[in-house]
Amino acid sequence: MNGAAAVLKALERQGVTTVFGHPGGAIMPIYDALYDSPIQHVLVRHEQAGAHAADAYYRASGRVGVCFATSGPGATNLVTGLATAYMDSSAVVAVTGNVPLSLIGTDAFQEADVTGVTLPVTKHNYLVKDVRDLPRVLAEAFHIARSGRPGPVLVDVPKDIQQAAFEGDFDVEIDLPGYRPTVVGNARQIRRAAEAIEAAERPVLMVGGGAQVAAEEVEAFTRLTGIPVITTLMGIGAYPGGAPQSLGMPGMHGTVTANRAISHCDLIVGAGLRFDDRVTGKLSRFAPNATIVHIDIDPAEISKLVKAHVPVVGDLRDVLPRLTELLGPLELGDWWAQLDVWKASYPERYKTDKPLVSQEVIALLARETGGDCVVTTEVGQHQMFAARLFPTNRPRTWISSGGLGTMGFGLPAAIGAAFARPGETIVCVAGDGSVQMNIQELATIYKHQLPIVIAITNNGMLGMVRQWQEMFHAQRYSEVYLADSNPDFAKLAEAYGIDGYNVFDRETAAKLVPEVLARKKPALINFVVYDSEKVFPMVPAGAGVDEMIIGDQEADEAEGVSA
Amino acid sequence: MSVRRHVMSVTVRDQPGALVRIAALFARRGYNIESLSVAQTHEPGLSRTTFVVTGEDAHVEQMQKQLQKLVDVIKVIDHSEGPYVDRELMLIKVAVRNPDDRVEMRQIAQDFRARIIDVARDALVFEVTGDEAKTDAFIEQMRTFGVLDLIRTGRVALPRTAPRNGAHGSNGAAGADDRTASRSRAA
Repeated sequence: MNGAAAVLKALERQGVTTVFGHPGGAIMPIYDALYDSPIQHVLVRHEQAGAHAADAYYRASGRVGVCFATSGPGATNLVTGLATAYMDSSAVVAVTGNVPLSLIGTDAFQEADVTGVTLPVTKHNYLVKDVRDLPRVLAEAFHIARSGRPGPVLVDVPKDIQQAAFEGDFDVEIDLPGYRPTVVGNARQIRRAAEAIEAAERPVLMVGGGAQVAAEEVEAFTRLTGIPVITTLMGIGAYPGGAPQSLGMPGMHGTVTANRAISHCDLIVGAGLRFDDRVTGKLSRFAPNATIVHIDIDPAEISKLVKAHVPVVGDLRDVLPRLTELLGPLELGDWWAQLDVWKASYPERYKTDKPLVSQEVIALLARETGGDCVVTTEVGQHQMFAARLFPTNRPRTWISSGGLGTMGFGLPAAIGAAFARPGETIVCVAGDGSVQMNIQELATIYKHQLPIVIAITNNGMLGMVRQWQEMFHAQRYSEVYLADSNPDFAKLAEAYGIDGYNVFDRETAAKLVPEVLARKKPALINFVVYDSEKVFPMVPAGAGVDEMIIGDQEADEAEGVSA
Repeated sequence: MSVRRHVMSVTVRDQPGALVRIAALFARRGYNIESLSVAQTHEPGLSRTTFVVTGEDAHVEQMQKQLQKLVDVIKVIDHSEGPYVDRELMLIKVAVRNPDDRVEMRQIAQDFRARIIDVARDALVFEVTGDEAKTDAFIEQMRTFGVLDLIRTGRVALPRTAPRNGAHGSNGAAGADDRTASRSRAA
């Protein structure tokens, strides 16, 4: 056995069945060893897509996603994917080849300091310098990636280490004295949290991406207490978006009800979230009357931005059941009366008197799938519309780049999700701008005949940038116009062997969407939509969530608006 | 929120790049470090980094937590939370322009418990240990003669063993040294 075979053996022992990657010179021994390995390798057409697919594989399944890349340009192409996974706490192990040890530091062909480059965007990384270290390093890499607050770990393996003879034991001790995540919550803190919740009159539960592992615990807690639930972009699916207790998404493009609830509540239980600036808006105006109970596995998130009055460090699967045990049904009649008024007054609204709009396309997809699918998104207006109109009802079924906001994420993420959840339909909600950032992955989708429906809401614009230019840059539209040079997306899909459709009107859309979904095979639908739609409500950058712009309500009413 | 100086120690595994990780964390999160020193400890495989940072308590606490998250970091101590001893070492080269200076400089060195570690015809090199106030005071004294060069290590620190009777008395040379320094500043 050589080092390359040892790498694959170590992955197998971690339960890895699928790897996303792209070969190259410095990782050829590993690709040679793949020949004899039961591990399935999915050939992506750009390493960035491999990293995104691995990230989505974890998000969709809870199993660590793995990607391979060669040295230098292959490895640097992973950076955006690793940064995306790091920001959204996704467990990924990236294995990169590097030039032989004797050449490291000599500016060799395809050499890059990959551990240096990826240091700020990984939870940890390794450069393997001794073939005997491979089993321990890989065991540690998986342990670090999946435990505590999950995150990406990169293992850089020089080519001569891959080629070196390996005789060793795979039963290795993990030796990480400095790494001991706190899983079990402190009993006194949990008691204090329960007391604070009982004392509150207007509490809300806010769940984030960390709650994706604890959907059952969230459900039990909310069912017993009757507490209203706000789900952040990363928390969608951890609590069903369609449940009566759901107030929707908070923050910059959150619902009126969720943002009003934040401004008026007297207690927030923040569970598995980090109070990102897109959620809080201006910090001094965020939940000014609220006691903050913050439950998170990462102690560094406690009081980082929003001061926690009752911090609880631990795994939600431990903390929430123990907290639930201390509580009973809460008396929230007045609070719910208020929330219900807001909910009724501010339903999702969009115009249908104009040409097709993004929102109705997304609502159509939600209706036709019944939310019984995995949704991946690109980044932009369509992402916000999808978060509000197409929130899924099951954990690990909403896959979107939150923290880093990576355009180009959604299409490869759909690939990762398809391998993680075979048999499920994957809907990739995309814009015409971001879908082109990893469009080459249509080849991967075609090759594996993945049941992915790519729904492009094509406004011929970088819509979110256009919206900001309209609102905050005096309508000076700068470099946002795409329509004059967009490809014919239907033809493009067909060039890759994928069914492609261009749709211009709502009648065709309504007819086509159920047909395409029923086929359970790759398809791309390009919905040409109104080009000047804006996402409302909106909390302008730097404003408080109480200063949200709800939309041009009077004008809408004059024009006749459909809810 | 109180802004004050914190002396922190980070015990870290001797892994390639461990110091880079710490330095990169400071840079990325915008922590401004006043001094930094690194060396091995008595335990094989472990190094200790000591650094001084001035900031709001909450800010420094956040920094401590971020450091603790680094996989190679074993322990982070904020010495400012309990009694501790700390020292800085300075080497300073001072010009000797006439023989009288030499005598006066030796007298000052004695007051500061500084040692002369190199003697040349036209310069002396002193070794001074103490806190920054003391080394600063020594530099002031030497300016009159002409400071040619100097190097400071930055602070190193250790927590003190809890005093038996609860008194934080000046036991040992540490306190005496500091008193000497204050006297000479007053003089």
